[in-house]
Amino acid sequence: MKADPKGVLTGEHYLDGDHACTEGALAAGCRFFAGYPITPSTEVAERFSARIPHVGGIFIQMEDELGSMAAVVGASWGGKKSMTVTSGPGFSLMMENIGLAAMMETPCVIVNVQRGGPSTGLPTMVGQSDMMQARWGSHGDYEIIAISPASPQEAFDYSIKCFNLAEKYRVPVMFMMDECVGHMTEKVVIPNPDQIDVEPRRLTKKSPKDYLPYEPNEDLVPDMIVAGDGYRIHSTGLTHDERGYPAMKPEVQEKLVHRLVDKISKNADKIIELEEDQTDDADVIVMAYGITSRVTMPAIFKARKKGIKVGFIKMITVWPFPEKRVRELAKKVKAFVMPEINLGQVALELERVVSGKAGVHHIPHAGGWVHDPEDIYKVIVEAAK
Amino acid sequence: MARTEIRVSGFGGQGVILCGYLIGKSAALKAGKQATLNQSFGPEARGSACSAQVIVSDEKILYPYLTQPDILICMSQEAYAKFEPELKKDGLLLVDEDLVKDAKSRDKIKLYKIPATRFAEEIGRKIVLNIVMLGFFTAVSGLLDKEAVRSTVETSVPKGTEELNLKAFEKGFAYGSELLKSAPTAGKKKKAAVPA
Repeated sequence: MKADPKGVLTGEHYLDGDHACTEGALAAGCRFFAGYPITPSTEVAERFSARIPHVGGIFIQMEDELGSMAAVVGASWGGKKSMTVTSGPGFSLMMENIGLAAMMETPCVIVNVQRGGPSTGLPTMVGQSDMMQARWGSHGDYEIIAISPASPQEAFDYSIKCFNLAEKYRVPVMFMMDECVGHMTEKVVIPNPDQIDVEPRRLTKKSPKDYLPYEPNEDLVPDMIVAGDGYRIHSTGLTHDERGYPAMKPEVQEKLVHRLVDKISKNADKIIELEEDQTDDADVIVMAYGITSRVTMPAIFKARKKGIKVGFIKMITVWPFPEKRVRELAKKVKAFVMPEINLGQVALELERVVSGKAGVHHIPHAGGWVHDPEDIYKVIVEAAK
Repeated sequence: MARTEIRVSGFGGQGVILCGYLIGKSAALKAGKQATLNQSFGPEARGSACSAQVIVSDEKILYPYLTQPDILICMSQEAYAKFEPELKKDGLLLVDEDLVKDAKSRDKIKLYKIPATRFAEEIGRKIVLNIVMLGFFTAVSGLLDKEAVRSTVETSVPKGTEELNLKAFEKGFAYGSELLKSAPTAGKKKKAAVPA
């Protein structure tokens, strides 16, 4: 399906990442926004509120982040593509209902323009330290999808991708931006609507008589209905059977929780997007995401000039983690290097996957600023030894 | 031109960020260059120190922040005191001469002064001082074509204020061009390459 022209601001713009994210959401067909303003994500909400009267849809400034996330879940079941945006403490407040969205298999997008933490931390300054919270911040076992952009153009492009994946896998997708990308202004090219692919809601083709709300398809994802369209529907945060009714039995729990995890992990090859550069004959591979993937490049160029064989993997998707690809490469390379603006959240996952087959060098940064490329260069040199 | 780093500075309310935004937008959308804008300001909306950081390059901009500015525009005393020391030794320094009283040129820095606020008042509204400054910057730096910046001003300012803003732009540009005639090297200087 192609994008609805009403939401697409075709042309060349000079936009910051937050505004570009909103335009991506509108292009993807998002027509419901509930949120509570918080720096550095407020501009996403601000632009949505200004644009939505022209596009047609709903913007609500909620009483808090708990309510915001609940409204997003409700609106999605009402048939609208829905989103919220937050940062720092607001992300923590959304966690309970993000778990509800995961359990009810509700397509929705949560944008987190990351700032330094914990707690109130650095409201106006960059961080990437919510990556593990994005993955498992709510209680229970579940998997989500997380994507990080490195520029305003990517904030537009991958915002669309977030909505498409949310619909396809009926899962909350975390758009893990950061303050630097959010507040950075660059050229953003918005294509014509007929050049933008948009994933529609996967609505059932079955009759109301035959429809079971949680009966999975081959890809492990069940088809949806729109509440009020004449189908009997029951959806709950309690462990439920294929009818959607509470069934608190270990065997139902076993089946349901495995499917919630498997629908992401078994489709990982289709979900994961990486940009690889010179990884085939590399001695050292640097992996990075978000703004850090950009700041890493000068270090890689410098190392290559000095004759070090450095490969680079820019992670567009961070979760699910590219386990398969990393395992392949771990057999061939000396070491992996991962800079990130936290104390090693994704790097620890990298270490787990590499599992001693190669070296893993973290380059932690507590936040407030991006890495100095020189610091990354030094670690590459060390890793190549 | 590998990479030119520009800091526009002053206090909140002067249109410092807009001035930086228009430089970046002209470069990115009208001059076929890469341009990254970042901004920083104090918690207050008006009166506090603020600055816009623009990087203009022919190549992809990887490191998004300034490392050492090639060009510094100062529209307040506080901004001058804070940011002048970081300007490159052969950099370009532009000041509003009524707001920065003691501007001096050290090393090989080229200093150009303009009474931008006074000109803006003469044109009719003090708030267009940032656009006077933008015209002045365009003339003196030679970084971007006049038409690229002028047309960006025309299409970016609020409807109904185009004439006022273009007048401000032309005033700053004309004043800068005149100054250049007495020191003709400034606009044509070769930019030193900065690592990406």
